[in-house]
Amino acid sequence: MASIEMKNIVKQYGDGYPAVNDVSLDIADGEFMILVGPSGCGKSTLLRMIVGLEDITSGDMVIGGSRVNDKAPRDRNLSMVFQNYALYPHMTVFENIAFPLRLAKMDDDEVRRRVTEASDVLELKDHLDRKPANLSGGQRQRVAMGRAIVRQAEAFLFDEPLSNLDAKLRGQMRTEISRLQRRLGITTVYVTHDQTEAMTLGDRVCVLRKGKIQQVASPRELYEQPVNLFVAGFIGSPPMNFLPATVEGNRLVTPFGPIELDEARAAKVAGHELLLVGIRPEYFEDASLVDEAKRPVGSVFTARVDVTEWLGDSQYAYIPYEAPESITTQLRELSRELDSEELRTQAIVSIDSTSRIREGREAEFWLDTRKIHVFDPHSGENLTRDAEAGAALTRMATEDRLEHLEAARGGQDGASGGKSGERGGATAVGAA
Amino acid sequence: MSRKEKIWWWIGGVGIVVYCLFPIGWIVALSFKSAGDLNSGSFLPNGAVLDNYTLILTGNASDLFLPALVNSFGICLIATAISCLLAMFCAYAIARLDFPGKKLVLSTALVVAIFPVISIVTPLFNVWRQIGLYDTWPGLIIPYLSLTLPISIWTMSAFFREIPWEMEQAAQVDGATTWQAFRKVIVPLAAPGVFTTAIIAFFIAWNDFVYGISLTSTENARPVPAALGLFSGASQFEDPTGAIAAAAVIVTIPVVVLVLLFQRRIVAGLTNGAVKG
Repeated sequence: MASIEMKNIVKQYGDGYPAVNDVSLDIADGEFMILVGPSGCGKSTLLRMIVGLEDITSGDMVIGGSRVNDKAPRDRNLSMVFQNYALYPHMTVFENIAFPLRLAKMDDDEVRRRVTEASDVLELKDHLDRKPANLSGGQRQRVAMGRAIVRQAEAFLFDEPLSNLDAKLRGQMRTEISRLQRRLGITTVYVTHDQTEAMTLGDRVCVLRKGKIQQVASPRELYEQPVNLFVAGFIGSPPMNFLPATVEGNRLVTPFGPIELDEARAAKVAGHELLLVGIRPEYFEDASLVDEAKRPVGSVFTARVDVTEWLGDSQYAYIPYEAPESITTQLRELSRELDSEELRTQAIVSIDSTSRIREGREAEFWLDTRKIHVFDPHSGENLTRDAEAGAALTRMATEDRLEHLEAARGGQDGASGGKSGERGGATAVGAA
Repeated sequence: MSRKEKIWWWIGGVGIVVYCLFPIGWIVALSFKSAGDLNSGSFLPNGAVLDNYTLILTGNASDLFLPALVNSFGICLIATAISCLLAMFCAYAIARLDFPGKKLVLSTALVVAIFPVISIVTPLFNVWRQIGLYDTWPGLIIPYLSLTLPISIWTMSAFFREIPWEMEQAAQVDGATTWQAFRKVIVPLAAPGVFTTAIIAFFIAWNDFVYGISLTSTENARPVPAALGLFSGASQFEDPTGAIAAAAVIVTIPVVVLVLLFQRRIVAGLTNGAVKG
């Protein structure tokens, strides 16, 4: 187990295109770090540089205190789960998992013991004699994980390990990975483009865009205090709504009526002409269903609902709005960069599932203005970000993690002690 | 497919099979005919006899045929083995590594493959005589490599390209050296490709006539196709047709056996299940 430090890592391809540009990132011992971003942001390249499958153009890669830039993958003692699992089709599941141990010239008894242990953890016991071709997608995935956990690696690296599974299995394996990492307490770097995985798995999440780090923070901080338009748009599903706004004193004038700002925020946005207001879907509510007590902290507006989607536990309404040409193009560009295609400017609002708001009619909405963010449309910078509050959220996450880790390592020692005792017993029986 | 279409497919298929197998059937029929029956004009022999087979296996022609059979097998197997081994390394490099001159290697191989054999036979004959390779096994193995290597490199590099690169990278991350990754992961996965290539290479060497007749003079190294051409009849007025037909049938047998034996290996995609599916 080791920490991973990256200092000014650059990856330039033959044509001079920097796939990863000046990335500096510290991953603590035992931490679960997520690298996330749209396709082509360099996240996989960065992971492959950690494991050594990709050369580093410049910068330092330090794993467990020693610089590994010039070390071959096999000398770095990391284990990796590939997107397509890369199982060896000519070997049985047992031999697949045992492969790293065989290469390390471990004796047969030890290999059998370790593979059995790993297959117990992953519930692969019944499949050890089968070939990968005869396994289901989820089982193959578990075999790939078995191969990773079977030896004492410094860190686990995952390259979009769940993207080939169907939605239901993906959810199960996600919790499985999380449980495993907590239990083993091993430094983990996990690449994904799926923000649900990023939010649920990571202690910290590193958002990348075009080879550059945008923000490294706990999922909560990313959600509540995004550093710019890109992060705000990327994190959250449905995504954050961006409304064009102009400043008038302490108010922002938006297509959904004026929004009052407190003194501190008003000071931050002063002097800008055109702004983008970022509002998460759940900050909206059907005005008729809002508590009288809550009403004053928000503003109320009427708008025509285009489409509603009722999902049982929640309900979404789509409200189209008009925006200046420059904003429309910018939002379209942003959504293209985020791998989606936004065809029209519309707000997605989350309303209570009991709401009787109907499609094609005017309806009254309430908007919680306390947590909205205001962005500069040119630089994309979040003008109202509260860095202190954000840092506090990440600090809390770090404390949680350390607590988990402590428990895991303490528990592990106890458990392995118990297990070895059990084994001793089993051997004795076998010998008798 | 409609019923009518199906019928047409069957008719077409049968037509092609008959067209392909007719010469083989003819040769087989010929090989069982007695000397007097050869010009009878009937397709099937009037009472099958094994005269021709006894002639080439134990009779007069056996001195010519049996050593040639041994030569052919030995030379072709060695040439195939060498060409497969060399082609495996070469194809691996072509499929996996990025090096200058990669295209050059491939196009050179292609040029060598299409170069007419007859044009280099005469100079080769002189060179071989000078350096003592004339009428020896190596003297045929080397030119056979020039026939088998290009096609082996081409087919094998196609097979290597099919193997997901992640396999090898996974092996490296698991602690394998490049050589270990190649030997323990890539080679077993490429086995069907190697078999296919080996069989193709073997056929090419096995079928060669020009080198065989030009670069040999005695039973030291003369292969079967060349020996067939040297069969003579009982008298100079008699054609050795029956003997040649019998020898042709015997020569065809190993080829047919090889294909039947390995056709499942050749067809089976061993990489099934390696990646998502």
